[in-house]
Amino acid sequence: MLHPAAKVVLFVLCLLPLSWYVYGAFADRLGANPAETLIRGLGDWTLRLLWITLAVTPVRTWIQQPALARFRRMLGLFVFFYASLHLLAYGWLDKGLDLSEILRDIAKRPFILMGFTAWILLIPLAATSFNRAIKALGAPRWQMLHKLVYAIAVIGLMHFIWMRAGKNNFAEPAVYGAILTVLLGWRLWKKVARGAPR
Amino acid sequence: LPGAKSSVAGANVMEKLTAYKDVTSYNNFYEFGTDKSDPAENAHTLKPRPWSVVIEGECNKPGRWGLDDLLKAAPMEERVYRLRCVEGWSMVVPWVGYSLSELIKKAEPTGKAKYVEFTTLADKAQMPGVRSGVLDWPYLEGLRLDEAMHPLTLMAFGLYGEVLPNQNGAPLRLVVPWKYGFKSAKSIVKIRFTEKQPVSSWTKAAQQEYGFFSNVNPLVDHPRWSQATERRIGEDGLFAKRRQTLMFNGYEAQVGQLYAGMDLKKNF
Repeated sequence: MLHPAAKVVLFVLCLLPLSWYVYGAFADRLGANPAETLIRGLGDWTLRLLWITLAVTPVRTWIQQPALARFRRMLGLFVFFYASLHLLAYGWLDKGLDLSEILRDIAKRPFILMGFTAWILLIPLAATSFNRAIKALGAPRWQMLHKLVYAIAVIGLMHFIWMRAGKNNFAEPAVYGAILTVLLGWRLWKKVARGAPR
Repeated sequence: LPGAKSSVAGANVMEKLTAYKDVTSYNNFYEFGTDKSDPAENAHTLKPRPWSVVIEGECNKPGRWGLDDLLKAAPMEERVYRLRCVEGWSMVVPWVGYSLSELIKKAEPTGKAKYVEFTTLADKAQMPGVRSGVLDWPYLEGLRLDEAMHPLTLMAFGLYGEVLPNQNGAPLRLVVPWKYGFKSAKSIVKIRFTEKQPVSSWTKAAQQEYGFFSNVNPLVDHPRWSQATERRIGEDGLFAKRRQTLMFNGYEAQVGQLYAGMDLKKNF
């Protein structure tokens, strides 16, 4: 876990989904609707990486490997990276980078607004992810700020549910919702347990 | 399944055909799963033979038609239609079949018949998706009788000169080219003439979003998204610009008079 190569391995792993989409785009392996595959796939990976990021703390407590915390920053930054690519792919492939068209779409479709809001909220987290920012803010304030990630996860999930609502297709959002409930529920339970008299 | 070139006005769109591979691998057919790739993967369990269609309701000649009789009921024609999905993508498909009106005439609808309702197969043994509660099975669709009688309304038995692949709605399906794709019911087992307007499955699932008519109309948005443009499947790769969606999917000259004087925003 503390091996210096571990971070490199994780870095490469996080780039695998993107590599597949880049390869798929050039090799025409993204199916009949490559734009949709790309936009949705990047969105899927944003959520998956965010869920993995949120799993770090419960897992490190569970397997008693506090060192796992050192992977959280990279994972979080990859969430922002994939979210940005997701937004770019949507804006470019679906809306032809037409800003007024994108703004109209945000107004018309609440689920787009949800996704956009989640991305906006990720910006301050990504911008304060380096050590100097933690020092400058002070640990308590930095921690407060980074609690935003819970709201982002919920908004991101709503974005996904709402997207699927158009065609009544909730099977996958239900799985994501169940996992997020466990991840956030565990934190709540910890907090209550800590506060309770012994 | 050969078909002669159709002489029906509007039945031969002069646009590049969508590749056979895309037409048969990118499908909405929830009875086989909700992903576009699910039908092609799962529909091999569908048994398109033996097959029969019950024709009933307000008609003088109800009955049960076997597939072989249906295939012989009228000469097969090849028709190249645009297909516009409500989700905002489109294809150009060479179907094989004949006008539904040929069949309707043989059933002799009575004066009371105002609508036609189509019921499609819902068999858990053949269709894994039917176990999910995504829609209220069986899938129902409906048309006004004059829409059903329009020569462009096609009873399709094939595509690309072949018998319909299972994932495209074997052994027979409806194709109503000026309406969103979900109106074109697949794997039909019953055709019923009714006095009252049928409630189609998607209308039942979300009344505000999927109306009875569901005519392709770039000016009437779906409540959740714009219908002004569409992505043509297989066209110019990843960075192709979306196309402008055409009124009645480009069939306004042929079908516009069916809706003369109607408020299309209200009757979406």
